[in-house]
Amino acid sequence: MLIPVSISISVVIFLIVHLLPGDPIDNLIRVGSSTEDRITLVLKYGLDQPLAVQYFRWIGAIFQGDFGEAIVLRRPVADLIAQNLPYSLRLGGAAFAFSSIAGITLGTISATTRSAIVENIMRGFILLGSTVPGFWLALLMILFFAVQLQWFPVSGAKGWSSLVLPVLTIGFGGVALVARVTRVALLDVRREDFVTLLHAKGLPSRTILFRHLMPHAMLPVVTILALRVGWILGGAVTVEFVFGRPGLGSLLIRAIGQRDYPVVQGCLLMLALTVMLGTLIGDVAQAAMDPRIRETKK
Amino acid sequence: MTSITDTIARALSGFRSTPMSRAFGSWLGKIAGGFLALLVLTAIFAPWITPFDYAAQDLTNGNAPPGWPHLLGTDQFGRDVLSRVIYGARTSLSVSATAIAISITVGMTLGAAAGYFGGFFERAVMTVVDLTWSFPDILIALIFVAIIGPGLTSTTFAIAIAYLAQFTRLTRAQIVRLKQETFIEVTINLGAKPHHILLKHLLPNAIAPVIVVGMLAIGDGIVLEATLGFFGLGAQPPTPSWGAMMASGTAKLFLSPWVIISPGVVVAVTVIAVNLFGDELIRALDIRDRIRDS
Repeated sequence: MLIPVSISISVVIFLIVHLLPGDPIDNLIRVGSSTEDRITLVLKYGLDQPLAVQYFRWIGAIFQGDFGEAIVLRRPVADLIAQNLPYSLRLGGAAFAFSSIAGITLGTISATTRSAIVENIMRGFILLGSTVPGFWLALLMILFFAVQLQWFPVSGAKGWSSLVLPVLTIGFGGVALVARVTRVALLDVRREDFVTLLHAKGLPSRTILFRHLMPHAMLPVVTILALRVGWILGGAVTVEFVFGRPGLGSLLIRAIGQRDYPVVQGCLLMLALTVMLGTLIGDVAQAAMDPRIRETKK
Repeated sequence: MTSITDTIARALSGFRSTPMSRAFGSWLGKIAGGFLALLVLTAIFAPWITPFDYAAQDLTNGNAPPGWPHLLGTDQFGRDVLSRVIYGARTSLSVSATAIAISITVGMTLGAAAGYFGGFFERAVMTVVDLTWSFPDILIALIFVAIIGPGLTSTTFAIAIAYLAQFTRLTRAQIVRLKQETFIEVTINLGAKPHHILLKHLLPNAIAPVIVVGMLAIGDGIVLEATLGFFGLGAQPPTPSWGAMMASGTAKLFLSPWVIISPGVVVAVTVIAVNLFGDELIRALDIRDRIRDS
């Protein structure tokens, strides 16, 4: 599944330049260039070749780490990506860790206390998390925590404190979602016969919770977390831009605005690969945890 | 042991389950519906109810805080924020609704054809659908804005494509399920032509969940439109749009936060209202299971 999907996505991304109205060269060439410049560019990019040949050249170059040259920034796209990717990974990783740890903790607390208030607050947050635009939440965070309270820097990517607000913004909806799934899953498992038996054996309830309930309840949580990878990436794209952090998202958005197509292609390809890799890791983690899935996938 | 997908579906479904909130829920749904109706009317009658011209600049009165006569203040060019928010409703609602209408039309056609004819066509369609399904909608939209270039038309198509997979999947699931019903079998045995079965029997029965999911998707579309507008990839100036308003507000974020806050509140309230109203519809039509199917 992963390989055909990667190939189709790379074809779509490759075609971006060719689906543009007009000649791709018009988008690559500087204003006021002569016909000779044009011909050199056509030959350089191999645009006189059939599309399929061009595609294989392009993808072949990418496998060698050559994403082409940025038109506006005049630098190899591979360098730009290498420079921005770590920031995106750090933000995405932190947001992912935050929503899973905080979500599972909150969900466990709410399942053990069975508080209706906590439950309703969580539902409210899920609704808010899926409806409030991420960039607006980011702006509000800046207004409140960075300007009013001055706890964190407004923008940039210096030090850990600049990571707090972006992570909170992206993780906001995720925490509530993970918490709710954890809660429902825990309450489900608790009704199983084996849990009654464990209680009858006289095991302390803390041991039952951590040794016996949690491993079962984590299955749906891992599923939702694997799905969450894409959402976090989508959120990171917008949030990076608002907080003025370097990263793939802000690079991509700027490149689309400037019509810098080699950069657009490179960023989209990297983001797409990250989503697929995240989904794959989620699947593997699930299979590692659940023997039933291992059986059906054989 | 209940299945994993079932657990997740229950965790995500609805947002009220206690008896008290259920009683309150239908009120919420009605209020949300009323708000949406009001918003649509406001958008339609925008020229008659806006207190000021949305594009009129008054540079001497820029960044004025909310008060009289500018109820929601003015932006850095002295334009009335309230008038721009009202006109922004026109942009946002029409872009999102048009996009979802396109998405539903194409998605239903693809989904119905895939579900009815099956075979290689179905596998091909569903492969593409699954492919886009795993991607965040903003990424799909950005790919298409990158192809067509910034603007309202490309925003509309980008939103339509971002949600296409959802409607294709949903329609196909409905058709596949309905095809097994006895009344379809009878119709086939009576010698009905495929197009007759599809148009007269299958689609009318499949349409309710699609419409409700479409209604929810309009809310998502509004957020996506605002996001693209915020990046400067949607409506181009001077067309007022909620996203673009917030983008221009970031320049004077600390001086005049109201320029950003009011369109954001309107987006959030609108989308929450869409969700509450959609939830109410799902409950009233009793189609939660059919939506969960897909």
